[in-house]
Amino acid sequence: MATGFAQWGNDLYSGRRSYDIVGRRRTWYVITAALVAISGVLLITPGLNPGIEFRGGSEFVVSGVETSDQQLATDTVLAVAPQEVPRVTTVGGSSLRIQTAELTSDEVTEVTNGLIAAFDVSEDQVTSTFIGPTWGRDVSQKAVTGLVVFLLFVSLVMTVYFRNWRMAAAAMLALFHDLILTVGIYAAVGWEVTPATVIGFLTILGYSIYDTVVVFDKVRENTVDTLDQTRFTYAEKANLAVNQTLVRSINTSVVALLPVASILVIGAFILGAGTLRDIALALFVGMFVGTFSSIFLATPLEVTLREREARVKAHTTKVLAARTGTVVDGEPVAAAPRAVAALRPGSHQGTAAQPKRKGR
Amino acid sequence: MAPPPRRRERPVRTLVTLAVLTVALFASIFAGTRWGDASLTPNLALDLEGGTQIILRPVAEAEGRVTSETIDQAIAVIRQRVDASGVAEAEITSQGGNRIVVGLPGRPSEETLDLVRTSAQMEFRPVLVMGAATPTTPAEDEPAAEDGAQDPAVEDGAEDAAAAEDAAAAEDAAAEEPPSDEPGKASPDSPSDVAYYVTPAVQAEFDALDCTLPENRTGGVPGDPEKAVVACDLEGLSKFILGPVEIPGSEIATATSGLGTTQTGASTGQWVVNLEFTSKGTPRFTEVTTRLATSTPPLNQFAVVLDALVISAPSVNEVIPNGQAQISGSFTRETAATLANQLNFGSLPISFEEQSVEQISATLGSEQLEKGLIAGVFGLLLVVVYSLFQYRTLGLVTVASLLVAAVVTYGIIALLSWVQGYRLSLPGVAGIIVAIGITADSFIVYFERIRDELRDGRTLGAAIEKGWERARRTILASDAVNFTAAIVLYLLAVGGVRGFAFTLGLTTLVDLLVVFMFTHPLMVLLGRTRFFANGHPASGLDPRRLGVDVPHYAGRGRVRQPETQGGSSTTRQPVTVGAPGASGQTIAERRAAARAAQAAAAPPHDPPTTVDDAPTDGRPEGSDR
Repeated sequence: MATGFAQWGNDLYSGRRSYDIVGRRRTWYVITAALVAISGVLLITPGLNPGIEFRGGSEFVVSGVETSDQQLATDTVLAVAPQEVPRVTTVGGSSLRIQTAELTSDEVTEVTNGLIAAFDVSEDQVTSTFIGPTWGRDVSQKAVTGLVVFLLFVSLVMTVYFRNWRMAAAAMLALFHDLILTVGIYAAVGWEVTPATVIGFLTILGYSIYDTVVVFDKVRENTVDTLDQTRFTYAEKANLAVNQTLVRSINTSVVALLPVASILVIGAFILGAGTLRDIALALFVGMFVGTFSSIFLATPLEVTLREREARVKAHTTKVLAARTGTVVDGEPVAAAPRAVAALRPGSHQGTAAQPKRKGR
Repeated sequence: MAPPPRRRERPVRTLVTLAVLTVALFASIFAGTRWGDASLTPNLALDLEGGTQIILRPVAEAEGRVTSETIDQAIAVIRQRVDASGVAEAEITSQGGNRIVVGLPGRPSEETLDLVRTSAQMEFRPVLVMGAATPTTPAEDEPAAEDGAQDPAVEDGAEDAAAAEDAAAAEDAAAEEPPSDEPGKASPDSPSDVAYYVTPAVQAEFDALDCTLPENRTGGVPGDPEKAVVACDLEGLSKFILGPVEIPGSEIATATSGLGTTQTGASTGQWVVNLEFTSKGTPRFTEVTTRLATSTPPLNQFAVVLDALVISAPSVNEVIPNGQAQISGSFTRETAATLANQLNFGSLPISFEEQSVEQISATLGSEQLEKGLIAGVFGLLLVVVYSLFQYRTLGLVTVASLLVAAVVTYGIIALLSWVQGYRLSLPGVAGIIVAIGITADSFIVYFERIRDELRDGRTLGAAIEKGWERARRTILASDAVNFTAAIVLYLLAVGGVRGFAFTLGLTTLVDLLVVFMFTHPLMVLLGRTRFFANGHPASGLDPRRLGVDVPHYAGRGRVRQPETQGGSSTTRQPVTVGAPGASGQTIAERRAAARAAQAAAAPPHDPPTTVDDAPTDGRPEGSDR
């Protein structure tokens, strides 16, 4: 298996086996556009489900309890509102603080009574009140400002590094795709959006850009001399680069996803709701989509954009024309095959192939 | 493309340097545990460790009511204060619409608690008398050193102050009897009227006050706004008799700290605090500065009073008509920022009443962290298994590098939580988990590059060098992007996002450190061992497995023939793309293809863009003749 994988890597590197990723750009565009559209719909219905931190909610304080059994409190709330994710905290030595999303006044009464029964306390030892959002508007505003500045700054850094704004533009488009897809899937799952989720989304931004930069760096390396030769078009060179980084992309995503996946599994099936589960879901989806988009979206987009450059355009036409125009063994070739690999050695003739000098 | 001449690699030296750095890091933490208050484990934030919860009830001032808007404002200001003091990730909420709940991690110091609960009643009062901090006998009350430094601005020869100042600041009415609290005049000429406001009782109180005692500098309830008050300054260096409130703190629109500029706009290099008053406060401020600008010291000073303590008493040397003042003095960056913060805070028309201070448990269930860590470790084990499977012995290099990265990261976090008061929160842990992927990616990029170079037929030593040059560039570029992201998020975000951004930035740096100072030197050393250099099948760098079986031109018209692996010697298809004989081939390629076509029965006819996956073994002898 490993041998097979290594062999596959060799073939990808040498171009012996090559997936025409860039050539099938249109297919990927249609697929990603459809996915983004579906995510957009998911964001409207069912939509995201903001947690206590964003909306505020209800808070119960049970004072003077004998046991500070947090699970008991959680179960009490769940008995009334099964959808809830209560947050239980011990306050001082003998009080429990239970925070839930906003409950109706009937539910509040029910929970209060449930708590009185569960903890065996008198009526005046359970108080309920409503709480405001911790992650208020000022925090959200700051986060959004940070996001915008970050995007501008990263675009600038990429433009400078690749000496080409089109690469930065393609990376940004891929980034938005990743973000929308991740948020959409999160909405579909229907878990509460907590600050942890938001942090997960922010992480994706970094990871998506990071992964794209690694792939683009190979593209840059492969296409540096594109205009100085007439054997391959820019798209073909870029495609070879994607193929050559395929092994790295797979390895990296597996290595990055394994810890996240194990947290997600443990979080979702053993721990139940909580910060870990939220962040792990956002990360898992985001990293997966981010790796996918670096290959299938960012690079094709970059090629599409680059082919609008006058020089690249002229070069591509020239190469294709030369191909269709060539006559091999007296037969004109109808359809030019796409060359994807670097030159491969045929055979070397040695000095025997050189013309003989006369008089020797 | 000849590689540029490079200085000789000294892998051993680099590795030793890294070891020394790591040891030094842990030695300093260990020393901290012995002789300081450091601990070998990093401090945890509110969500993981619990902390202290303070419930505050805002009390409205005489004029205003507590609206939800003022509560929001107060929350924003408290958050600003807490963030500015470097406390990681406080949780601040409103409760029941009329209370503010502040959660602080761990056991916050008194100073931190004060930051939160200081109700911050700010007012501007004129200075009437100023003296040294110690109790004075009535005879000697000379103005002490001025607190507000001179503004470099030129004195405006402004119109005479409307108030005829009674500049004789010295009160020689020494009080022997129990001092009366009756003003010496029927009505004051101005708020700076010493003769009216400084009654014998006030003077006696002033004389008795000892500002060097800390209990007199805790601040407190603001005095009667209509009467003179006696107050200490924050440092306990001087004491004041202050006139009635002229401008309440709520008239400050904004206060910022920055480097001061002269009138021409050149920077003075001094830290100043810029004040801007509201439209209501501006005319009053103009009035005050007009009067004070022409007074004699100390009557030309106005005191900024916060909770009955004078935090600053700048002297006025010109009329300020536009409501934009600049307080200059011997500020450092921190003190300027603090003052600006206090001024901002003082512009809230509410004070707080502390209702309770209690210890709270971790807001996340403690089992969350435990299970999360178990999951993380399990995930890491999977990573180890996968990399061993993928990279054979090289996988061990990945594992060792990850271990080094983990140790260094842990050390730095422990050190920072001791030195900087950094606290690790769950978002921070998430940042670290993401970092596993990014760190491992650097190694993977590097190894894949080495393999690529091997596939091109380089020897191992050369492949390690060349692969490093190329991988280095990629690693630096992608890590730069990551680090940029971390810095921007850190500077602009609040609370939890900040903790995440911090660990992301930190792990990015650690990643670079480990790749440059551990992984690469280690690879260079390993490349010199026979096991790797000869491409042992288990080394993960076996050239034969990497398909280096194409004949290589060895010079002089000879071609190096690879060893055949399987022993079978079927004719190798030269690999070209598309139908054999298609364009896009060199002449040599076409010839080779033609020869192969003769040897084999019929050339396979592939659709374009897929290539037959020929077994890669040797070609028959003599095929190059």
